[in-house]
Amino acid sequence: MDFGLSSDQVALQDSVDRYLNERVGLDQIRLFADGSDYREIWQGLTDLGVTSLLLPEDQGGIGLTLLDAALVAEILGRYVAPSPFIGSAVIAPQALQHVDDTIAAPYLSRLVDGGITAGIAFSELAGRRGDAGVQAIGNKLSGKSLFVLDPLAELQLVAATDGALYLVEAGAPGLQQLVHTTIDRTRISGELRYDNTPATPVTDDADTVAGLLDAARVMLVADTLGAAQHMLDAAVAYAKERKQFDRVVGSFQAVKHLCAEMTAELEPCRAMMWYAAYALDELPEEASITASQAKAHISEVGTFVARTATEVHGGIGFTDLLGLHYWFKRIGFNRQALGAPESLREQAAVLQGL
Amino acid sequence: MDISYGTDYERFRAEVRSFLAKHAVDAPSNQRDYRSAKAVAWQRKLLELGYTSRTVPKRYGGYGAEPDILISRILADEFAAAKATAGFGGQGIAMLIPTLLELGTEEQRQSIIPPTLLGEMLWCQGYSEPNAGSDLASLKTNAYLDGDEWVINGSKIWTSSAHIADWMFCLVRTEPDAPKHDGISFLLFSMDTPGIEVRPLVDMTENKYFNEVFFTDVRVPAGQIVGKRGQGWQVANTILGHERELLGDPNAALTRLNGVIDLMRTETIDGRRVIDMPVFRDRLMRIQGRVMAMRFNDLRLLSAKLNQQSAPLARMIVKLQGTELRHELEKLAIDVMGEFGLGYDDNEYLRGEGLWQWNYMFYLGLIIGGGTSQIQKNIISERGLGMPKEPKVAPTAGAM
Repeated sequence: MDFGLSSDQVALQDSVDRYLNERVGLDQIRLFADGSDYREIWQGLTDLGVTSLLLPEDQGGIGLTLLDAALVAEILGRYVAPSPFIGSAVIAPQALQHVDDTIAAPYLSRLVDGGITAGIAFSELAGRRGDAGVQAIGNKLSGKSLFVLDPLAELQLVAATDGALYLVEAGAPGLQQLVHTTIDRTRISGELRYDNTPATPVTDDADTVAGLLDAARVMLVADTLGAAQHMLDAAVAYAKERKQFDRVVGSFQAVKHLCAEMTAELEPCRAMMWYAAYALDELPEEASITASQAKAHISEVGTFVARTATEVHGGIGFTDLLGLHYWFKRIGFNRQALGAPESLREQAAVLQGL
Repeated sequence: MDISYGTDYERFRAEVRSFLAKHAVDAPSNQRDYRSAKAVAWQRKLLELGYTSRTVPKRYGGYGAEPDILISRILADEFAAAKATAGFGGQGIAMLIPTLLELGTEEQRQSIIPPTLLGEMLWCQGYSEPNAGSDLASLKTNAYLDGDEWVINGSKIWTSSAHIADWMFCLVRTEPDAPKHDGISFLLFSMDTPGIEVRPLVDMTENKYFNEVFFTDVRVPAGQIVGKRGQGWQVANTILGHERELLGDPNAALTRLNGVIDLMRTETIDGRRVIDMPVFRDRLMRIQGRVMAMRFNDLRLLSAKLNQQSAPLARMIVKLQGTELRHELEKLAIDVMGEFGLGYDDNEYLRGEGLWQWNYMFYLGLIIGGGTSQIQKNIISERGLGMPKEPKVAPTAGAM
């Protein structure tokens, strides 16, 4: 019985934390927000091994678990680090296990060394909006996916409207890869359009596809946890320094109680994230319900922490000076992406036969 | 990470489960029944098997097992699942016995622990006073030594079970000149001692669990003190933390949540099941998400205790979150029942014996009692996050 992180897991988080702490400060976030790319950041993370975490050892990987991946995602959220982590390091390495080795192996080795990245076009799985829709006829795709994470990546994992999953390469005939501006400038998202675009089938097994969606959701949950913890820590630190009425504002109960409320809500989210990530690998019968409920609940808590931590900062929190808004917006993005709380709760109810 | 208990523990779980399958019918239906022959027989059986008060040494009437939190957890889970009372609780067993085992004299242990375990010595806790609630250490009930007796004067309030208790463990001020935390002693005395008057307080649930207790020249043998003079605050604090953990019981929350789901499946509005109504479904799922988060937080605390790791924030938030969550959960059930949710006591349309209404109010009491939610937030922010205390206000002239 051990429901805690191992020393290896703590060391993994520390190594990613050290790298991001040195290399991805607010200046880099601002540069990225203004349009520079994440190649250099991603290369550094790749060198740390994040792309080989999930890959089995006999394929040259480290053979770790989705919990380990989620722990990395948490640190990425803490630093609002721009990266194609979810597609490239979590979803593609798992999805490619279902593809013929002659096709998969070259992709995998280039994903691992950072030569290519992967995006995910899962809008058909997580509540189709507007005029999205992807028709697959004879391994050719037509239509479009909205809200694609990393739409410019060389490799795209595309869910068709019928629930089957396909691989599409950048530059394939009839494929358009478009970026759309969102509030979250630490992420690249957009859409893919297909016109008889050739695609490689990955799987049409509903459980497998659901498992990949759950994994992607849990990574967003972990990202929110890390981002929210940063905002809470920043609010507490600020409240201990800022003086008004000859006192640090953190000595006022009106302010310290806000910090206590954030802590009381956020602290159980850490255990919930661990459990949801652990369940992906170890508790298949609980995994989908837990992933849905974790994303719903932790998104709600994340939103609460994001607004409250901003409020504790007072006027300065509303400005660009501290850059706190990057965390606020990242949490907002994670909340809506791949299913917002209301949809997820309804899904959790249905999964329980309610 | 591995959340399985392992084969030895699963074997123990199977033993407990098969015992309960056969014998749960022998359990008393009322958890607060310490007196009936059925309740005493059940308690004796559980003590003999080590299913209750398991770590109390054999010479004091317990089972003498080493503390093992997985065993405790298995017992709690299985008795809850079987809806069987897990032996006597109350403040004597939950709070005083652990304190005596740590800080009591051998004589105190021998004379007090065995009858307490058998329900022959029921205890109440004399802590709060009319002007010492959240600021408990400012309590004023005092005692002075007269020869070989303490003489106690003052009053206590919110004293659960004082009207049925045989004995009280009580915080009194014995060192009036010492700083407030260093002037308190922890005394034990019989409720039959002359000079004690108990007046029941009716609470909003219409029950009389709480009391006011008045002391007028109550004389208590000098040896009936736990710890030394002036150490009462530390003695009391060894067990207060324990009480706060109890108040967040996520197993109980899960049982109640399943009860709400059942209720939503059977209650109807215009013939339509409440469980099929989106607004109610969403409220249910929101609460389920919170219950899950607290269960996993509890699992983290269990594991941390087992593996000697610390998770101070995860522990500090339990009383605040646990009681607020239960209050919300019971409120949802009342809204599911609508006008039926107003029924009380002998109303023939009661659902679930009216426990939803009762708990909804009772949990408001628990939000306030045992350190209010506001005090919890002070503790979390000051001790947990290292934020500064409110500056002390200088007393205004004439106020002292």
